[in-house]
Amino acid sequence: MRGLTPPYYPARLLEQMALIGWFSLPVVGLTAIFTGAALAQQTFTAGSRFNATSTVPAIVVLGIVRELGPVLVGLMVAGRVSSAMAAELGTMRVTEQLDAMATLRTDPYRYLIAPRIFAALITMPILVLIANVIGIFGGYLLSVYKLDFNAVGYLKTSRHFLQGTDLLMALIKSAVFGFFIALMGCYHGFKTSGGAAGVGRSTTNAVVSTFILILLSNLIITVIAFG
Amino acid sequence: MSKIVLEDVAKTFSENKVLDGVTLTVEPGESVAIIGQSGSGKSVTLQCILGLIRPDRGSIRVDGTEMVGIRGRELDLMRAKFGMLFQGSALFDSLPVWRNVTFALTQGRVTSARRMRKVAEENLERVGLDRTILELKPSELSGGMQKRVALARAIAPRPEIIFFDEPTTGLDPIRADVINDLIVSLTEDAGITALTITHDMASARKIAHRVAMLYQGKIIWRGPRDRLYDSGNPYVDQFVQGRAEGPIR
Repeated sequence: MRGLTPPYYPARLLEQMALIGWFSLPVVGLTAIFTGAALAQQTFTAGSRFNATSTVPAIVVLGIVRELGPVLVGLMVAGRVSSAMAAELGTMRVTEQLDAMATLRTDPYRYLIAPRIFAALITMPILVLIANVIGIFGGYLLSVYKLDFNAVGYLKTSRHFLQGTDLLMALIKSAVFGFFIALMGCYHGFKTSGGAAGVGRSTTNAVVSTFILILLSNLIITVIAFG
Repeated sequence: MSKIVLEDVAKTFSENKVLDGVTLTVEPGESVAIIGQSGSGKSVTLQCILGLIRPDRGSIRVDGTEMVGIRGRELDLMRAKFGMLFQGSALFDSLPVWRNVTFALTQGRVTSARRMRKVAEENLERVGLDRTILELKPSELSGGMQKRVALARAIAPRPEIIFFDEPTTGLDPIRADVINDLIVSLTEDAGITALTITHDMASARKIAHRVAMLYQGKIIWRGPRDRLYDSGNPYVDQFVQGRAEGPIR
């Protein structure tokens, strides 16, 4: 809550947005395009058993937007960002940089944690929207060029099945995941003790706890929305 | 009025009683060194005074203001009186030297960059460094230079009190003496009150007016630096002479 009160650090926020958002784009893009394509192939193979191959565009778009986009982006960003935050802040803890900051009259919670949490809250929904587009495009590419789907028909079906509520759910999930990614990275970093080994432990704990929270909160949100 | 007064300060971590009723007074402009073994509670004493750790009991007064339990703006105002040189320098890795030195003035913001570079340059001069290192990152500096940059950072906001946590640890004897000279000149020229924790006897004798020894969470001896090797206290004798045999196990 202290992060909501001044002083604010807009330059730190922008820096963290670049670190969390911009530099995660390559890994998020690759994850999305491969997953979208693989999902299309799996759906086609399974659907062909029941003469239901036409469901490929619908399942790809809903699967990516509702589930795989947010979850996979969340897990990839957690692996990249939670670990980096825990390692950086943990190193600052064991080298007394956090204490030094407090003695220099700068609140580490406001200077270090608040910009990270807000940056993750802002950038994760943007990353997930981009991943959704790329994931659907991956399914489209495979379907059109390998499975001989009609390009225009595929896009029309995809558009037809995609609802505003699906996008809203993706945005809500991604914001929640972003919050956990930054919170766990900062929490484990701040409570680091025990030198280099302690930093290693914090990094592992940050990633594992973020993964669990992402998967658990994803289940809860999905059940609340569709249960 | 005394600058710093500790009365019966105690702190326990889990089962480990680190401070067990520390009582110590530091007068304005005085330089006091606390000596003691590693793990004897020296760093915790400084952290308690700075409000980084809350003691379990006791009173800590700075300029008559109780430090135990204060928070927020009140703590912020009190911390403005302090500068601290950390054992490992604790420079911010991600920031260049000039932003490290001026961190207390800018509170981490990039404001008035040209003026802050000038301020950083002036403070680096006071510790014998020049402007050529302004843009370097701490990792590009030697251990001795990092210590001096950290000293420049501690003195930049013109504190009334400076804490030195093992200021010469990890430095060769010549560089250690350079740091000792700097500490003496800074504290005496500016009339700053200094509290140093060290197990370097040469450093303690050079920079402190008075020395206190912390053992098992208590101050077991205090006296002028000239009495350090003639204290009549078997614990102090063993410690300053670096003997394995004696009452300290």
